Amino acid sequence: MRKVSTAMAAALVSATMLTPATAQDGELTIGLKSEATSMDPQFHNLSTNTQVLQNVFQALVEQDATQSPMPQLAESWEAIDDTTWRFKLREGVTFHDGGAFTARDVIYSVCRIPMVENSPSSFSIYTQQISDMRAEDPHTLIIETDGANPLLPVESATWAILSAEAMGAEEELTYGPDGSCEGMGEVPQSGAFNDPAIAVGTGPYVLDSFTRGSEMVITRYADYWGDAPDWERVVMRPISSTGPRVAALLAGDVDMIEQPPIQDIPRIEEAGFKIVDSQSNRVIYLAMDQDGEAPGLGGTDGKNPLTDAKVRQAISLAINREAIVERIMGGYATPAAELLPPPMFGTSGRAVDPYDPERAKELLAEAGYPDGFQITLGTPNDRYVNDEQVAQAVAQMLARIGIQTTVDASTASQFFSRRNKQEFPIYMAGWGAASGEMSSPLKSLVATHNPDAGLGVTNAGRYSNEELDSLLGEAMKTIDDEKRSELLQKAEGVALDEWGILPLHYEQTVWALAPGLDYTPRVDQYTLAYAVTKADGEGDAE
Amino acid sequence: MIVYLMRRIGQSLVAIMVMATLVFLGVYAIGNPVDVLINPEATQSEIAATIARLGLDKPLWQQFLIFVKSALQGDLGNSFVYGRPAVDIILERFPATMELALVALTLSVVIGVPLGVYAGLKPESIGGRSVMAGSILGFSLPNFWQGMLLILIFAVLLGWLPAGGRGETVQVLGMRVSFLTWDGLQHLLLPALNLALFKMSLVIRLARANTREVVTQDYVKFARAKGLSTRRVVLVHVLKNIMIPVVTILGLELGSMVAFAIVTETVFAWPGMGKLLIDSIKLLDRPLIVAYLMLTVLIIVTINLVVDVLYSFLDPRIRLSEVKG
Repeated sequence: MRKVSTAMAAALVSATMLTPATAQDGELTIGLKSEATSMDPQFHNLSTNTQVLQNVFQALVEQDATQSPMPQLAESWEAIDDTTWRFKLREGVTFHDGGAFTARDVIYSVCRIPMVENSPSSFSIYTQQISDMRAEDPHTLIIETDGANPLLPVESATWAILSAEAMGAEEELTYGPDGSCEGMGEVPQSGAFNDPAIAVGTGPYVLDSFTRGSEMVITRYADYWGDAPDWERVVMRPISSTGPRVAALLAGDVDMIEQPPIQDIPRIEEAGFKIVDSQSNRVIYLAMDQDGEAPGLGGTDGKNPLTDAKVRQAISLAINREAIVERIMGGYATPAAELLPPPMFGTSGRAVDPYDPERAKELLAEAGYPDGFQITLGTPNDRYVNDEQVAQAVAQMLARIGIQTTVDASTASQFFSRRNKQEFPIYMAGWGAASGEMSSPLKSLVATHNPDAGLGVTNAGRYSNEELDSLLGEAMKTIDDEKRSELLQKAEGVALDEWGILPLHYEQTVWALAPGLDYTPRVDQYTLAYAVTKADGEGDAE
Repeated sequence: MIVYLMRRIGQSLVAIMVMATLVFLGVYAIGNPVDVLINPEATQSEIAATIARLGLDKPLWQQFLIFVKSALQGDLGNSFVYGRPAVDIILERFPATMELALVALTLSVVIGVPLGVYAGLKPESIGGRSVMAGSILGFSLPNFWQGMLLILIFAVLLGWLPAGGRGETVQVLGMRVSFLTWDGLQHLLLPALNLALFKMSLVIRLARANTREVVTQDYVKFARAKGLSTRRVVLVHVLKNIMIPVVTILGLELGSMVAFAIVTETVFAWPGMGKLLIDSIKLLDRPLIVAYLMLTVLIIVTINLVVDVLYSFLDPRIRLSEVKG
């Protein structure tokens, strides 16, 4: 009974202090918007999983806050020729069970990726080009690829390194492509990763417990090779609805949340919390059906006006990007001119299309549609920040130049299915470049639709230009960074110069933190617990 | 009796079969899971491999037959997202929901019955009227909004209770429960209250109506005439008689509380089955959605069956008329 009354007293005391509670000494609690689907870092290629599991498992290369590749478990790497890479591995790194990290662990980890069963989305897209791997010595690794792949170092950031020893590999381990490695032993499947003896990585934190739906707890690894993180223990809780997530922060249940709704930000700041934000690598764009006949059009005598570059330019000029950013995105976005925000790799820094409805009307008339036409704009309503409102605004802006636009908004799972079936003549969607360079949006959004080659997979508008395809193909074989960047800029220019796709804005990612915490915002939107720090003193963080 | 029982079980089986068909077809109609699951950078061959592995390349009727066949063997398929049996994943979450529902049920009885009886005994008093007005509020407030309001008041403004989550748990019989720790209890209170408010209103109305009916009965008048204290009349004679309908309704409502705590669990980030369902719908995890709905159907059908059978024991008229029919 006494215990109860002291707890009640404590509750009353905490109730009287209206200032937000700061993080308890050494413990950090984070409210995330979704939960990892497995503790196996190689199970599901999904940012939700990656961002929490990077605390425990590391890779040869890491991407810094602006997605530039940085050394992690590899100290350096070089291309010996177009298809051969040499990685020098870091020495003195130990796994959580004390075992030393060597090239064998890398080979084992890459071998396991295609052998993971029931993976909803496999990491094998980043390993299938590897034709051979061998260790020159325990800390030098040679990787050979099937054809030139300049992205190999960046892609290696997705290979979570596991301990070959803890996973039960045999002494003799030889690489073979597509799951044909020998000496793998019995490969533990994803379910086994709830066992701390299996789930050993080299990261700054050790997996302590994972209670599905409730929380994931990690604790500091004492013998970590790098700088020790600021927190002894980190608890990550999934709170998927935005309102409750903000409430949890305001109530002091959690010290930090990711992606608070933009409309709540002023309130969070008023309550004394800190907001950090950064431009993300995600561009929101409009894609238009350029595949001949298009559904959902009216007043065009059966023709598809979107095949005409003038009409596409008119649409771009009709959109007031500044207004969308200011009024709908609350300033937490930047008007976009490209498919990836500059100065990321492969961007050219071109100017944003101006807002010029008069010129847009002229262009429409020149194209033979002085009275405009009717069109349906497809958009998801729960995938991007304020997506449906943005689409509504675009529709109104288009109506002003005579294009009567109906917005067809649906939930993400529905939208993507319908989009892939080409049900929309024009649609709004977003793209985040996982590799952090221009080749990613070019390959998926504007390369000619050729799913067998993995090109134009999300190009549901079926934009196609041979020049772009050949420039991109060339870039994907060029190891030299400078030359590749130039080729990518040219390829992007081809698509944007004929308004093949219309970038709208780059989303900004926002985090809200208790005072006394600091987080360097990342373009890839990851919330990395180990990168959350105690602020160095009052008031110096902006 | 046996004929009646057989017939009721037969009816239940038909209901389950019809629901299985509806659920499967309904879930099939909402989008293509592969579009949501797979990384957009994947190539066609990987997409095709995933489709084949999930069995989505087969025609609908074949998928349905496979589903029925394995369902009859108690296997509702593997979750697309987790890669494990869907039933296992749901059952992992079951104790949390059950705990929430039971606490909510207790709250609604412990608070609802006394208030209802009071309102029934003194229908014209200010207290009685306010209880009734309050119960209307409990009926009509949207659950989601009411939950957010509870969080705002008790967690954000007053800071008395946590805003969500399950808190500290202890293992009892292999299940993790919250109500045995102080921290867990604090976490349990708001969601349970949110879930209970609607049922509480129901109990209040039921108890009041029955009390008003019972107090006019001869046996109550007789008890009064005998000179028994009001306290004894209410506690023994009135309460006993109004509890029969209350218990019946609550038995049925327990099923729906377990199955449809979805909104409450979402608002309070309570790691139960309902939250799992919402997450699965977003990811179009078909086997998990189907398994959840099938389990729900099974729970409700079973409870109904048990209640019907119990009724036929209590009330011979039902049994007899059924046999004749």
